Amino acid sequence: MPTAATFEIEYLQFLDADGSLARNDLPAFARDTRQLVKLYQEMLMVRIFDAKAIALQRTGKLGTYAPCLGHEATYLAIGSAMQEDDVLAVSYREYGAQFHRGVKPRELLLYWGGDERGNDFSGPAHDFAWCVPIGTQCLHAAGSALAFKIRKEPRVAVCTIGDGGSSKADFNSALNVTGAMQLPLVAVIVNNQWAISVPRGAQTGAKTLAQKGIAAGLECLQVDGNDLIAMRAAMDYAIKRARHGHGGMCIEAVTYRLSDHTTADDARRYRSEQEVKDAWAREPLRRMKAYLMALNAWTEEEEVAWKEQCTRYVDAEVNAYLETKSQPVEAMFDYTYAELPPDLVAQRAEAVVRG
Amino acid sequence: MAQITLIEAVTQALAWEMAHDPSVVVLGEDVGVNGGVFRATLGLIDRFGAERVIDTPLDETTIAGLTVGLAAQGMKPVAEAQFEGFIYGMLEQIICHAARLRNRTRGRMSVPAVWRAPWGGGIRAPEHHSEANEAIFTNVPGLRVVLPSSPARAYGLLLASIRDPDPVIFFEPKRIYRQYKEEVPDDGEALPLDVCFVLRDGSDVTLVTWGAQVKETLEAADALAAEGVRAEVIDVATLKPLDFDTIHESVRKTGRCVIVHEAPRTAGFGAEIAARLAEHAMYDLVAPVERVTGYDTHIPLFRLEMKYLPSVERIVAAARRTLAAS
Repeated sequence: MPTAATFEIEYLQFLDADGSLARNDLPAFARDTRQLVKLYQEMLMVRIFDAKAIALQRTGKLGTYAPCLGHEATYLAIGSAMQEDDVLAVSYREYGAQFHRGVKPRELLLYWGGDERGNDFSGPAHDFAWCVPIGTQCLHAAGSALAFKIRKEPRVAVCTIGDGGSSKADFNSALNVTGAMQLPLVAVIVNNQWAISVPRGAQTGAKTLAQKGIAAGLECLQVDGNDLIAMRAAMDYAIKRARHGHGGMCIEAVTYRLSDHTTADDARRYRSEQEVKDAWAREPLRRMKAYLMALNAWTEEEEVAWKEQCTRYVDAEVNAYLETKSQPVEAMFDYTYAELPPDLVAQRAEAVVRG
Repeated sequence: MAQITLIEAVTQALAWEMAHDPSVVVLGEDVGVNGGVFRATLGLIDRFGAERVIDTPLDETTIAGLTVGLAAQGMKPVAEAQFEGFIYGMLEQIICHAARLRNRTRGRMSVPAVWRAPWGGGIRAPEHHSEANEAIFTNVPGLRVVLPSSPARAYGLLLASIRDPDPVIFFEPKRIYRQYKEEVPDDGEALPLDVCFVLRDGSDVTLVTWGAQVKETLEAADALAAEGVRAEVIDVATLKPLDFDTIHESVRKTGRCVIVHEAPRTAGFGAEIAARLAEHAMYDLVAPVERVTGYDTHIPLFRLEMKYLPSVERIVAAARRTLAAS
């Protein structure tokens, strides 16, 4: 029988788990070690922030929080590969990408601390806010990409989704329409192996998640999401392609959620300690540190000093968050419509009287 | 000046706004070359091109999500749900995002978009093509819900909906798409989105309705007039936010109110109007408020659908009961 179609999914890795080069054709940006050091520093900052946020939740100073422990390389690669006027549509733990784009830790804390003002962040005003309904953000990115295409703007939309979210209709719809309309969209499936308690294998019978883009006609790639260099190289490639009108791409970043799903979760209920221990051996910071130190681009002394600097920065951001007073009660009304209808004017007045 | 039908008024409004605002785009299933299954977008692709009159893949989720993304990035999308019974696949995008993006970003982002859908029963359509589901949307903060019942109101209200900075659910009563023609100047004049339309003055009883039921309600008013009863007829047209003042003012005058809608009765939008009358107009009323509505059943397949929809006789009978009560 003749073959109607075939496909294969390539796997990209430059740095292995120990920080040794898996291949020698390093992309240009990775030959600039100062840039790699800077991104490593940002990963460290995110990790210190993440631990602090969990501590805040445990002491009653923050609501439910979704940590990003283990995802730092994937998110920093996404954030650093994008241009300011590109659009990012995230789910809710892509902090490294967002900090790189100008979102402040105090704003993130404000959101998880129960205040809508966190979504009015200092990152690009066209970036979408945190998106709890799983997968829906992917179509916002596709709609953005369609707007860019209609207006002939050389801009790209990037969306992120989890391994669990890759089962959702909205995600698959976004891939499909990206292929159908040749939209400048890069979809990144952050496969951290667990959708709360459901393992990756229970989401789909597909061998890779990257291949979900094949049926939509997209170019697809699986990447070691714990390898900053590979992930950044993949993003650079995908964004450049999309920006030049060559269509969208689906990237699966293979990583591991080293933390609970959120602070309301207890991952010990559904996965083994050994699995988590094994995953720690592949985590992204350790290998980047080893690589940079082998290049004499980073030292233990610099690491200690940088961590102290991060702690001071994070503490200042936490203080700014804690000192932010709650919005007045009428704030719940004021952005329901561009202009408040009479019914809401009356209800607002009632709420103000009640205080 | 040309006489046009309600659906031609929809097309005329879309064309006007697309000609005057380059950020307006139309998207949906079959809206391009085919001009929409009811022909609401007829000719638009020839005039404005496939980049602005967009045939999407056959997926309501796609249409709704693209619409949110387009609107958030500065476009003014007018999305078409091919039938109101297919809009459920759009609900998560409409409720979780379109309706609340402005609020949850404190005004940083917003969704100035319109979702159009042919609405309601009475055209002998297949299953899931005849729903009156406006009450699902009137309970959602951040949305506007608009339901015109004449060519002129379809034109003016659609223009206003596209220009409005907030998301609008725009239901088109398909039973009266081609019921009659009237002169609708193509002058780009919008109608207000926050007032009811008093279609007939009267002093004895207030008949409140919207959508295709305006037809039966006006006929009921004629029948009542033959008996010497002067019925005031109000087309709510802009359900959310509701202009209750116009209804209240009428009931102050008549003391009697019959609410007519084809959606199921329980928690239908008539319940909201009745509740407000109970709150604000109890002492103006001389008779209990009557509701003439669809039953709390699914609208039946078309052999029985006209027995489900409110009839002139039911409306007249309800009005007579309010008159007999005092």
